[in-house]
Amino acid sequence: MSDFTSNFWSWFIVVPVVAGIIAMFVLNRWMTEPRRKETEKPKSMGHVWDEDLQELNNPLPRWWLNMFYITLVFGIGYLALYPGLGTFGGILGWTEKGQYEKEIAAADKQFNPLYEKYLKEDLKLLAANPEALKTGERLFVNYCTVCHGSDAGGGPGFPSLRDDDWLYGGDPQIIKASIMNGRTGAMPAWGAVLGPDGVANAAEYVLSLSGRSVNDTAAAAGKEKFQQLCVACHGADGKGNPAMGAPNLTDNVWLYGGSKKTIMETIDKGRSGRMPAHAEFLGEAKVHVLAAYVYSLSHPVEGDRGEKR
Amino acid sequence: MAQQETYNYKVVRQFAVMTVIWGIVGMLVGVLIAAQMAWPVLNFDIPWLTFSRLRPLHTNAVIFAFGGSALFATSYYVVQRTCHVRLFSDGLAAFTFWGWQLIIVLAAVSLPLGITSSKEYAELEWPIDLLITLVWVAYAVVFFGTLIKRRVSHIYVANWFYWAFILTIAVLHVFNNLEVPVSWTKSYSIYAGVQDAMVQWWYGHNAVGFFLTAGFLGIMYYFIPKQAERPVYSYRLSVVHFWALAFTYIWAGPHHLHYTALPDWTQSLGMVFSLILLAPSWGGMINGIMTLSGAWQKLRTDPILKFLIVSVSFYGMSTFEGPMMSIKTVNALSHYTDWTIGHVHSGALGWVGMVSIGAMYFLIPRLFGRPIFSVKLIETHFWISTIGIVLYISSMWIAGVMQGLMWRAVNTDGTLTYSFVESVQAMHPFYIVRTLGGLFFLSGMLLMAYNLWKTIKGSKPVVAAIPAPAAAH
Repeated sequence: MSDFTSNFWSWFIVVPVVAGIIAMFVLNRWMTEPRRKETEKPKSMGHVWDEDLQELNNPLPRWWLNMFYITLVFGIGYLALYPGLGTFGGILGWTEKGQYEKEIAAADKQFNPLYEKYLKEDLKLLAANPEALKTGERLFVNYCTVCHGSDAGGGPGFPSLRDDDWLYGGDPQIIKASIMNGRTGAMPAWGAVLGPDGVANAAEYVLSLSGRSVNDTAAAAGKEKFQQLCVACHGADGKGNPAMGAPNLTDNVWLYGGSKKTIMETIDKGRSGRMPAHAEFLGEAKVHVLAAYVYSLSHPVEGDRGEKR
Repeated sequence: MAQQETYNYKVVRQFAVMTVIWGIVGMLVGVLIAAQMAWPVLNFDIPWLTFSRLRPLHTNAVIFAFGGSALFATSYYVVQRTCHVRLFSDGLAAFTFWGWQLIIVLAAVSLPLGITSSKEYAELEWPIDLLITLVWVAYAVVFFGTLIKRRVSHIYVANWFYWAFILTIAVLHVFNNLEVPVSWTKSYSIYAGVQDAMVQWWYGHNAVGFFLTAGFLGIMYYFIPKQAERPVYSYRLSVVHFWALAFTYIWAGPHHLHYTALPDWTQSLGMVFSLILLAPSWGGMINGIMTLSGAWQKLRTDPILKFLIVSVSFYGMSTFEGPMMSIKTVNALSHYTDWTIGHVHSGALGWVGMVSIGAMYFLIPRLFGRPIFSVKLIETHFWISTIGIVLYISSMWIAGVMQGLMWRAVNTDGTLTYSFVESVQAMHPFYIVRTLGGLFFLSGMLLMAYNLWKTIKGSKPVVAAIPAPAAAH
């Protein structure tokens, strides 16, 4: 076992364990006295402390002693069967890792066929399969709600998955790719380049893109900066670019909040968003079901909106 | 000798009074954070009042401020009275009192500020750790010094447990808190990863085993025979369970780390020795309860004895529960649930709390030379705290088992039946009952404070002469 750098440390564990258990046996035997008659009174030890404190010397209760022996014998048996005595791995050859792998293998055998079946189905069709959606929802509440909320409505920095507004595109395959490999969103900080006024002006212009009433002079100044610095990602018309996850700035949907203050903060300090990758953790088959579920949130079967795309 | 020698009661009095005060403070914080679990709004969005900062304050206050003061008070009293000598050094004893109080105040300030080494039950940062070490060494010197100059040849059993507690806590405290300071308020443990976890729980479980068990067994061994006016049941039983307890407890820590990255062999040893610990623990319980044999009728009329005997019963109950929970299969269900919290509190409120309360009701009238103001109020206190404990531990049992079952429930498609937040939601009623249980226990402490205040108000400190040791026969 790699836990021990040398045999010395193995014996360092084995010797005190074995000696300790033996010592407890010996101590018990030593302190046990032959059974007395019922009528015999317990003897006093003959010491007196603090005027009236004394000790009797009743025998060890038999049931208690037996219980003690049982635990000691159990301990010896357990250490013979399972790892415990230094590098000796136990007769059963049990390991925690082995147990884990066995349980995972059993679960995979039991549940994998279901997910393999789903994996073969088209995502849009799967998004209309009530059984698959039930499973998808269960996966969602366990793995996704911490960030996206139990209603999938999102929160500041975490996109809503119900509004059919997508940073990277709403095709079910793209949703699946987002879950599989994760996403890293990066908005650079422009505060140093723009200065406080520049940030305020740019924010004013960004607000105007979604039709909010703004100070025209400031917005015009901001537009100039926008054309220089922002178009590379957000596009000349501010409609964003799903290929790099740059949000559309014209639809009044805001990832971090749409108040002027928050937009200024976003421009000033930048943002970095992270969707973790789940390919290794969940496996493709489960991600497939999850992607169908997430897709279904903005494409419910009743409205038949799935045909639009 | 020209002048009659006297006992040092001053330091005992100081610690005894602070036991009651810190008990109330610590339990008040406990009730607040219990209420926060049921109604999170009660942290009022103030960082200093959040659960994460008040929880260590609660544990430190009840273990080290309340429990610690009770241990100092009783050990100083017991070691003097059973050795028939005055404390080894009045100056050092006074230093331990003021030092310990300073440590508590520093904890009460630094923990809400978020200054923490993040080690459970050892959250205090390195300057406070050093101060603890200093005070502890002084404590050891006073205690052992007194033992050495004793006027009786045989060392009374309570003192064995006190010295085991003082010695082991010194070793645990020093080795768990080896850390590298980076500023006055921040340090990093010298251990990393799973070794850090193992050292932490070697410390953590033995804080239970030696601070909260061995020390309080010392209390039991003096105050039960004294209050019951009966001899200790069995000397040979005390020998067996003392040595077996001291040897076995040290190994039990790994049961806090079952099914983690801790090596298999360490987990097995933790479980095996936790199971073996059952008999040594029950040895103490038997010796406590059986000391009453021949005087059972006293339980009906003497509420102090009720406190002491029920405390030992709770000790027996939680030292049965503990080994059961250390079995890996059981632990797979109970770990990380509120069952653990219930288990801890059956020991903390039932055993440590009640035996300390009983000892204080015994001590304080004797230290101030006044009969207790109201025996009836002690009776009320007893029942109120018993009800509180039952509410607390039964609600946490149900909550814990429920959590464990909800977390492992699986649907036919292999997904988890409940999301985590559903298990949190299911806890709400039990968290309310738990808060209520804590409130009962706290109310009892307030009754106690009132009763003792009425007892000692206007009294003159007792100066007790040291009686000659009884001749050995």
